[in-house]
Amino acid sequence: MDKVTVQAVAPEKDEPFVVVGASAGRVDGRGLVTGAPVYTVDYEMPNMLHARILRSPHAHARVLKVDASQALALKGVHRVLWWQDLPQIPHSTSGVPHPEPAPYDTCALNSTVRYKGEPVALVAAESEPLAEQALKLIEVEYEALPAVFDPAEAMKPGAPQLHTQVKMAPGFKIIYDPEHNLAAHTEYEFGDVEAAFGEADFVIERHYETPTMCHCALEPHASLAFLDAYDRLNVVSSTQVPFHVRRQLARALDLPLRRIRIAKPRVGGGFGGKQEMVLEPLAGALALATHRPVRLVLPRHEEFSASRVRHASYITVRAGVTKAGQITALEMRALTNTGAYASHSDTVAHAIGHKTLGLYRAKAYRYTGQAVYTNRPVAGAFRGYGATQGYFALESFIDELAFELKMDPLAFRRLNHTGKGGYDPMDYKEGLNGMEPGRSITSCALPECLDVGAKLIGWDEPRPRSEGPIKRGLGMAICMQGSGVANLELGGATLKLNDDGSFNLLTGATDIGQGSDTVLSQIAAEALGVSLENIILASADTDLTVMDYGAYASSTTYITGMGVKKAAEDARRQILEVAADMCETESSALTIKNNEICGPYGKTGLSVSDIAYETLYGQHRTQIIGKGDATSKESPPPFFAQFVELEVDTETGLVTLLRSVNVLDLGKAVNPALASGQVEGAVTMGFGYAITEELRFDDTGTVRNAGFVDYKVFSPLDMPQMQTVLIEDPEPTGPFGLKSAGEVGINGPAPAIANAIFNATGLRLRSLPMTPVRVLEGLDNLSGQPKLSR
Amino acid sequence: MIEMNLKVNGREQNWQVEPGETLLEALRRHHFKGPKLVCGTGDCCACTVVVGNKSVCSCCLPALKADGQQVTTVEGLAGEDELHPLQAAFIESAASQCGFCTPGFLMRSYSFLKNRNPAILPTESEVRKALAGNICRCTGYVKPVEAVLKTAQALKEKASQQNG
Repeated sequence: MDKVTVQAVAPEKDEPFVVVGASAGRVDGRGLVTGAPVYTVDYEMPNMLHARILRSPHAHARVLKVDASQALALKGVHRVLWWQDLPQIPHSTSGVPHPEPAPYDTCALNSTVRYKGEPVALVAAESEPLAEQALKLIEVEYEALPAVFDPAEAMKPGAPQLHTQVKMAPGFKIIYDPEHNLAAHTEYEFGDVEAAFGEADFVIERHYETPTMCHCALEPHASLAFLDAYDRLNVVSSTQVPFHVRRQLARALDLPLRRIRIAKPRVGGGFGGKQEMVLEPLAGALALATHRPVRLVLPRHEEFSASRVRHASYITVRAGVTKAGQITALEMRALTNTGAYASHSDTVAHAIGHKTLGLYRAKAYRYTGQAVYTNRPVAGAFRGYGATQGYFALESFIDELAFELKMDPLAFRRLNHTGKGGYDPMDYKEGLNGMEPGRSITSCALPECLDVGAKLIGWDEPRPRSEGPIKRGLGMAICMQGSGVANLELGGATLKLNDDGSFNLLTGATDIGQGSDTVLSQIAAEALGVSLENIILASADTDLTVMDYGAYASSTTYITGMGVKKAAEDARRQILEVAADMCETESSALTIKNNEICGPYGKTGLSVSDIAYETLYGQHRTQIIGKGDATSKESPPPFFAQFVELEVDTETGLVTLLRSVNVLDLGKAVNPALASGQVEGAVTMGFGYAITEELRFDDTGTVRNAGFVDYKVFSPLDMPQMQTVLIEDPEPTGPFGLKSAGEVGINGPAPAIANAIFNATGLRLRSLPMTPVRVLEGLDNLSGQPKLSR
Repeated sequence: MIEMNLKVNGREQNWQVEPGETLLEALRRHHFKGPKLVCGTGDCCACTVVVGNKSVCSCCLPALKADGQQVTTVEGLAGEDELHPLQAAFIESAASQCGFCTPGFLMRSYSFLKNRNPAILPTESEVRKALAGNICRCTGYVKPVEAVLKTAQALKEKASQQNG
C-alpha cells in the first residue's frame, strides 16, 4: 500500500528542481542509527559533576530557610544552592524574541514557590546517586500558603493571589490583573459583530474543555554547563531556542551576554517543551559556583510533573448562521490555566482564537482569551500553540452547526472555509489609519485537500448501519497554522567555501528531530547548484552561527530556508564572479549545475572546487562566504484536512481508530519523506490528545500519573492504518514555493475523532480526552441530554 | 563493587558494578551511550539491548544478570564498513526523527527478525506487535514499521540467494 503520496495542484513549468523535492536521507541519519553519543545526556567532561533538584512538596509556600549542612557533610557533595545564593532578577523563560510578551514573574530560584515540584535547592555532587542521596539530607523550612488549582476559582475575589504586579519597561507586558490571578488578557474584534449576529437565522453556542498535556519528548530536558579557558559560561543544552536562552540566561544570572555561549547538539525531541529556558540557569549557577562542569538531566517523573505542559483550556464558541448555511458571525471565548508562571500565556491565549477563527469566512469576529495563574506546573509552548485547543472547539462546533442545519459537515465546510486571496480576518492590527491587515492568504489548496481526503476515506460511499454493540463512524476536521510569525522572525545562515568545493553551512536554526539540518542543506545545495554531500551543516551555536530565533511556530523551513537560499545565492554570485574573470566573460552568462560551472554552450571545464582552489591558493585570493538572513511580513498558512474512521464499543466505551487519512497543503515538499513524517507524527500526537492523554492531579496539586504507565501515549499497536497525502500548490512568498508542515497536523485528530464518535453513536463529547469512561457516561446520559438550543 | 565478565558487541569486558546497578547504567558508564535512559521503568524500550538471544529493557535488568552473557547494543549492529540492513532501512524510510528512540527500535526489531525464519515475511501487524512496547513521540510509527518490513524483505532475498 502506498502510504505517502505527493500531488501537485499544477504541473511544474520551469526546469524541475534537483535536490529540493527529493526524499534524501537525513544528513545525521548515520549517526542516529549507529548510536553515536550525540545528545546532551551523552556528553561528559573531565571533572564533571552531576546535579539534582530539590523540589517543593507544597503547592504554594515561602521558602524561609535551607539547611544543607548534613548534605554537604557527605563526601563528594560539592555545593548546595538555594534562592539566597542566586540573583533575584525577575525574567521570563518563554523562548520568544525580545521584548517578550510575558511579564517577568520568575527568578532562577524563587523565594516563594508556586507549584508542587518547583525547584527549591540545587545539588552538585560527584555522581547522580550521590546527588540524589544529598537531596534527602537537605532541611527546608517552609511557610505554607493557601493554594488554588482551578482557573475559575483563582479569578474569584478572595482567592489566593499568586503574584503581585511586576515593574516592566515600556513595550513589555505586565501582569494583566494580579489581584484576580489574570496573567494575560487578549481581546479582538473584526467587523460589526452585533449586526452580523442580527443577520443570522440561528445563533448557536457550545462549550468545550481540553486537558493538561505533556510533551513527552524522549530525551528529557538536559543541560551541561562549564567555564572555558576564557572564563566564559558555556552551556550545551537540549533546547529549541539557543539564542533566546543566551539572552534570558544573561539576565537571570546577571552576566554580560558576551560571557555566555549556548550550543545545542542533537536534540531528542522538543514539541515546544524546549522552547523555553528550563535548566540552563540552574546548571549554569552550579558551574559558576563550583568551577566544575555540571550536568543536569531531568528524571522522567520530573519531566512529567515539573517541566512544562500544554495549557488546559475552557472554550466557548458562538456563531450566527443563515438557513442557507452561511456563517455570519463567529465568536470565541477562551480561558486557559497557565499554572504558576506566565511563560507563553499571553501568546497562547491569543493564538487559540487568532490561529483558528479566520479559517471560516464570516462578516464579523470576536475573540476574548484569558490566561489564569494557578498553583499548577507551568504551561508553555506545545506543538500547535493554542490552535490545537482552539480547533478542538471550533471544528467540533462546525460539525454541530452542520448537524443543526441538517447539512453534510463536509459540504458545510466547503461552503464556509476561507480561500486564496485577501487577508486573514483575525490578523488585523490597530494602525495609524484604523485597522490594518496583517498576513494574507496567498495560496490555499484546501478544496483539493477535501476532495482527496473524502475520496480516500470514502466519505460519499454508502455505509451500512452498524448492528450490535460496536458502532462505526466517519469524522473529519480542517485546520490551518502559520509559517513562522509574521513580522516577528529572524533566521539565516552563512556558507563558507572550502578547498574541495564543499561548503560549511552554519545556521542558527535548531534541528530537534524535525529534520531542518537536512532540509536546509537541500535548499542550499539546490540554490548553489551543487550536490547535497558538498553541504556540511553545523547548527545552532551562539558563538559560530548567525542569529536565528529557533525551532518554533513552524518557522524554520520557511524563514531560515529563505535565509539559506539568500546565503547560497550570495555565495553563488561570488563564485561566478571569479569564474567569469577566469573565463573572461560576464558572470551573468554563467551558472552552476551539478558542481560544474556552465556557460551558454555547456560546461566551461571549471568546477566549484576549481574556483575554491583559485580563491584559496590561486590568483584570486579571498575567502568566499555567502550570508543570508530573512524575516517575513507574511506567515502563509498550511492547510490540513483530517479524516478518520473508527469504531465505538458501546458496551465498554472503547474507541478504536481504524483509518486515518491526512491531507496537507504545504506549498512544496522539500523532502517528502521528512514532511510526511512530520504529518504522521503530529497526527499521532493528536490521537493521544484526543483519546488517552491527560496529566491528572489530586486535590493538593500532586501529579497522579507521572509516568508512561498511567500517562498513555500512543504505541504501535494503537495505530490505525494511516495514509498521508502532500498537496503541492506553490506558495508565492516561500523559498521554492514552500510553507510549513510541522505543527498543523496535531490540530486535526481531536475534533475529527469527536465528530466520528458523534457520527457512530450520536454522542457529542465536548471534553478531552475521550476515554472509555467519558464515552460510557455520555452514552448513559444520551437519552437525558438537554435539547439543543436554536 | 562486584566484579563481572561479559561480552559486549563481541568484545570481552571486565566490569566492577554496584549491586543495584542496572545493565543500562553500567553500559552507559562504560561509554556505550547508544542505549538510552528515557523512563527507567521498562515502559518505553529506548534502552533495549540484546542479551544472549533476547531483547531486554536494560533499564530494568540488574547488570549482574548479564554476567557471563553476550550483550549486543546498537553500537554493535553495523559491520566494519557496512550498516546493518535495518539501519540502512531506517535511514532510507526516514524512520528516525530525533533518533532518541531509534536504538531501542533497532535492537527490538533486530532480535525480532533474528529469531524468525527469514523465508517467511512478517505481516505488518506482527511487526507492530513486536514493537508494541517501543514508544516514539516523533514518527507516528508508520515509517519505523515500514523500515522493518523492508528489512525483512531484504533479508529474505539475501537468505534465498545464499541457499540458492
